[in-house]
Amino acid sequence: MTIDLNHYLVVAAILFTLGVAGIILNRKNIIIILMSVELILLSVNLNLVAFSAFLGDLTGQVFALFILTVAAAEAAIGLAILVTYYRNRGSIAVEDINMMKG
Amino acid sequence: MTAATFFFYLFSAILIASAFMVISARNPVHSVLFLILAFVNAAGLFLMLGAEFLAMILIVVYVGAVAVLFLFVIMMLDVDFTELKQGFLQYLPIGMVIGVCVFLELFGVVTTWVIGPASLTNLEAKAIPGMSNTLELGRVIYTQYAYLFEASGLILLTAMVGAIVLTLRHKVGVKRQVIADQNARNAMNAIEVRKVASRQGI
Repeated sequence: MTIDLNHYLVVAAILFTLGVAGIILNRKNIIIILMSVELILLSVNLNLVAFSAFLGDLTGQVFALFILTVAAAEAAIGLAILVTYYRNRGSIAVEDINMMKG
Repeated sequence: MTAATFFFYLFSAILIASAFMVISARNPVHSVLFLILAFVNAAGLFLMLGAEFLAMILIVVYVGAVAVLFLFVIMMLDVDFTELKQGFLQYLPIGMVIGVCVFLELFGVVTTWVIGPASLTNLEAKAIPGMSNTLELGRVIYTQYAYLFEASGLILLTAMVGAIVLTLRHKVGVKRQVIADQNARNAMNAIEVRKVASRQGI
């Protein structure tokens, strides 16, 4: 039995589902939400690399690299916002973030 | 069962289990450690797919930088995490429903898709056999995707500037060195001659 593309796609689908479920389950804890977003981006990367490997096309890996960049930038900015928010409010509960009352 | 099959199932099982622990661990520090485990196993899967450069980048960038950043922030913030965990059971049914829906849709896509024949022939950047993965990627990134590569550098620059601007703060009451003021001092305004009455002091 050989491992083909669908095996990788199923693993990425499970990972994506876990990320989405993590966002919903840990609605109060923004740190876990950020980690779930990282999991989702990882599953997308897995999809891109799997397609790239099985089609013999390098574009998927190049775009996985760009997604990696964006994910790192997103984590840095998100955690900076989190630290600033904690300094101002003394908590990181997500449902307290309604100061602007948009 | 060949070694490749065995390692695929090993890596994916640990990846999925640790991803599950990330979202369900009670302690956020444990969540970050499981996130690191998930990234390492994803790097193993990348290695099996032949993307060695991305696997190493995943270890260096994610495990070395992002996960450590998460750890720093969790340990810096003095937050009562048990209180933040309370909504977990409340959101469990809707989370399960949405998760199952998303997974079933994705599974439906995965089991029924086909590759269009045109996309098998029109490859943007065809992999060259006998060339290492890093060399191939470098040849593509610095030529065909040079503009996108520079744009991703700009994204990183923006993130760095943004993070510094957001977290830098000037405390009041801290004496700072002002070079211009120091250079503007001269003997005329720095030294003062006073007439002091005898036995009294200033």
